[in-house]
Amino acid sequence: MNRKATRYLAATLTAATLLTGCSGPWNDPNPPSDPELNTYFGSFITRPKHLDPVRSYSSEEGLILDQIYEPPLQYHFLKRPYELEPATAEKLPEITFLNDQLEPAAENEEPAFSLITIKLKPGTLYQPHPAFAKDQEGNPLYIFSTPEESAPYTLLQDFPEKATRLLTSDDYIYQIKRMGDPVNKSPLIGLMSDYIVGMKEFGKKVKDARQDEQWLDLRDFDMEGLQKIDDLTFTIRIKGSYPQFQYWLAMRFFAPIPFEADRFYHNPGFEKKNLTMDWNPIGTGPFMMTRNTPNREIILEKNPNYRDDFYPTEGTESDAKKGYLADAGKRLPFIDKAIFRFEKATTSQWSKFTQGYYDRSGDGSSNINTATFDQAFTVGPDGIELTEKLEQIDVVVDEENRPSIFYTGFNMLDPVVGGYTEDKRKLRQAISIAFNDQEYIDIFRNGIGQIAHGPIPPGLYGYQSGQEGMNAYLFSWDEKTQSAVRKPIDYAKQLLTEAGYPNGRNAETGKPLILYMDTTAKDNSPTADWYKKQFAKLNIQLEFRTTDYPRFKEKMRQGNTQIFRWGWLADYPDPENFLFLLDSRQGLVKCECNGSNSSNYDNPEFDRLYDIVKALPNGPERLAAINQMVEIVQKDSPWIWGMNDKDYFLSNQWVFNTKRHGISQGTLKYVRIDQNIREEKQVAWNSPNVVPLLGSIGLLLALIIPGIGAYRRRQKLTIETE
Amino acid sequence: MLVYILRRLFYALPILIGVNVLTFLLFFVVNTPEDMARAHLGDKYVTEDAISNWIEEKGYDDPLFYNSESEGLNSFSETIFFNKSLKLFAFDFGRSDEGRDISSDISDRMGPSLALALPTFVVGIWVNICVALMVLMFRGSRLDRFAVSVFVTLMSISYLFYIIVGQYSIAKLSKLVPVSGFNDGLDGWRFLILPVIIGILAGIGAGARWYRTLFIDVSGQDFSRTARAKGVSEAGVLFRHILPNAMLPILTGVVVVIPTLFMGSLVMESFFSIPGLGSYMLDAIRAQDFAIVRAMVFLGSVLYITGLIMTDISYTWADPRVRLN
Repeated sequence: MNRKATRYLAATLTAATLLTGCSGPWNDPNPPSDPELNTYFGSFITRPKHLDPVRSYSSEEGLILDQIYEPPLQYHFLKRPYELEPATAEKLPEITFLNDQLEPAAENEEPAFSLITIKLKPGTLYQPHPAFAKDQEGNPLYIFSTPEESAPYTLLQDFPEKATRLLTSDDYIYQIKRMGDPVNKSPLIGLMSDYIVGMKEFGKKVKDARQDEQWLDLRDFDMEGLQKIDDLTFTIRIKGSYPQFQYWLAMRFFAPIPFEADRFYHNPGFEKKNLTMDWNPIGTGPFMMTRNTPNREIILEKNPNYRDDFYPTEGTESDAKKGYLADAGKRLPFIDKAIFRFEKATTSQWSKFTQGYYDRSGDGSSNINTATFDQAFTVGPDGIELTEKLEQIDVVVDEENRPSIFYTGFNMLDPVVGGYTEDKRKLRQAISIAFNDQEYIDIFRNGIGQIAHGPIPPGLYGYQSGQEGMNAYLFSWDEKTQSAVRKPIDYAKQLLTEAGYPNGRNAETGKPLILYMDTTAKDNSPTADWYKKQFAKLNIQLEFRTTDYPRFKEKMRQGNTQIFRWGWLADYPDPENFLFLLDSRQGLVKCECNGSNSSNYDNPEFDRLYDIVKALPNGPERLAAINQMVEIVQKDSPWIWGMNDKDYFLSNQWVFNTKRHGISQGTLKYVRIDQNIREEKQVAWNSPNVVPLLGSIGLLLALIIPGIGAYRRRQKLTIETE
Repeated sequence: MLVYILRRLFYALPILIGVNVLTFLLFFVVNTPEDMARAHLGDKYVTEDAISNWIEEKGYDDPLFYNSESEGLNSFSETIFFNKSLKLFAFDFGRSDEGRDISSDISDRMGPSLALALPTFVVGIWVNICVALMVLMFRGSRLDRFAVSVFVTLMSISYLFYIIVGQYSIAKLSKLVPVSGFNDGLDGWRFLILPVIIGILAGIGAGARWYRTLFIDVSGQDFSRTARAKGVSEAGVLFRHILPNAMLPILTGVVVVIPTLFMGSLVMESFFSIPGLGSYMLDAIRAQDFAIVRAMVFLGSVLYITGLIMTDISYTWADPRVRLN
């Protein structure tokens, strides 16, 4: 080949390389997708750590797993307050109360056990998976005895044969046994061992039986509280009465795992290649994972074996107005493929959303934060509104109250702020009045959030809005505006005087009152300054005791804190999941455990009522107990009640059924995409502007050309001598 | 030379052991296994059993340095130090706290790191040397003074500023390239071009200024004057006489960096979502995954020492007078 031809070939190859991927807009970050497949493009900021449903407990993992795994129950997509409905179960579980003889308990008898009977829908199939593949004799095809035998397989795609099988009650039983097996490190093992009969003993049995890392067939070990009735029915026996247990049955911890999959992933050599259950889910849900490179992307594709599932036909008037009922009765899921790309920075994620490359502003979280809020919303007299730019491109806003609370806690064991005497109560109430949470929401959270008046967030049974729900110790009702108004600071000062600290000084010693906030944040941050100002309203000096997180948690466990910030996101939409945060038996110091009562609040009457609330189903008796509990803690003020969170999610105009769910993330199956609009808008919004590029090249030439001229002139210079 | 290399490798051992012991003390004495367990298991429903199970499963329940319950060599091998730190010398990085094989992750991520770091490094050096030589050509003139002040200005601007302005103007406003991300294969160039350009631009100030200083020293020497007196063009003097004679200090700064290119760039990879080793390390620090951090610190020290040895070897190539004994 001559030199000219070589150059020509090189130039052609370079041009071809550069033009790869330039068929659409130049800035399209997404890989080319099959136009025949309805593809959703999403993103995630935090990489999932665990994809084993028995272990996973974070929302970023839920984004993936809740589309793949199906517990027996699920939440209704549209109904609020949140309502459970069957998923793989045929109907909601039946609960029978039993006495300690395991016979049905009499009506007035306190039940020793609850027997939960779950009946499954027939015909539910697993996604295609090599774990189910069998040879002609019916033996599993991919069971290896040495790592060398399994060496040719590094990804699930490497297995040519895949098969499926019907979901049975054994699979749910197997998963509950996995939960009880300590080797799987389920975060629920402690809690569930307290409820499910025999789980603790089961854990000990399998721990003793496990010799090495080989697969242990959990079917060979019984758990007293689990019983298979038939292929589609099983029972779980739990201690006492715990109606909230059914909410756990809508969480992925209770998703089915076939024993074949557990056996398959224990093949020798698989762990080394990350071929584990923790990395390769296997479910019956609407989607299955076909690519898992969480440092780049995770791809879900429609499960070809997905059961008959249809879009809900019931919803509120507002749902109908927003078009959430337009697809009522249609078969799910609507999309064929979902590509979730990993983003390291929220700003990049936001830019790609506004350029039309991501269908929603965020998937695991809303991605509305301090960096993006101003680009998304303006705060007007009527509250939050979309910016003009986003209005113009018809961005859709969905609002969802997450059942959550973010509060400032007092350590009730502390000699200064803790205690249950009237003066201590008044001190805490005075501080709670001075601590203006609304101001915090406005300044630091762009107005997103709602002041909490008690431990129960909006949307949950027992929450009361308006005057009835107002915390009368800290607020007064304004008839004119029909809203709660914070009591004046003079009233707080009066309470402080009655507490023994007139004008912020100890009445006996005359020393100024100095309080300490234990935190991991720096004490010179804007929020820290703001906290100090709130306390300064009462002439109380607030000092920050900053430590790293492990030390902070240690101090919390030992009760060596005074004031701290804390939060709680609901596991399930029931007031019990918030009231237990103040149950003394959960007290960090009292129980010498990792209890959830971080302020060490201890009130026997509250505990008594908590037991009633925990055992009763919703009804007047339960509601009365809840109201009493709220009244008790409002008076005692162990927390500055803080705020309940709210989320705003944005979607591009081609995304439909965008309603969010505050508890469940398994909503991808309801989402519908119009690919044609997306394609059209992506081209319209992303035509490249080459002027700056040409300008830069021009500037470079403007520097180089005179330089070359100067060099040439210099080369021609001669020395003149006389 | 072989003997010299072997001797240097032998000297490297105590350094690596020192690094190893220091990181071990930081990770296991300052931060106890219980702290690690609590950080990993989260805040909800964590029981003491779960914590001890986690510690046991990770092998953190062994004694730190000496196991009095074992006998013979096992007293040393059945310890956290042996299992978690000394095994690194065999490049057995073990598994991350989230259960993934670290060696496999490192080999997966090396490619993207190199794809970003190598062009930035090679083109960056070439650009910096060319710019420095061009400025040297006009030494003492107003252009030279202007160029030096531009270099100082460029040096003073934060790296993050280049990234944010670059991303905003080129990717967001002009829509010429994707804002961030990474694709395998040939399509990857669209994602790499902007971080590479930004990396080169951000390095011009410091790089060109440094090279200019090196070249000034050489350009005043007799052989440069002789070359000019013989009528060699200025370009010829710069590239054939000054540049080769300034090679030793250039190599000192450049060769040592070459092996560490594998380690990637913490900042650039994070801003541009490039799944390399830099972002791997950063993610591990954020997640308190000390198994990964330990492995990366060890790998970083090995590569740095390799770089130092390579620098010594490169001297013999650049200057025939240098002999490694």
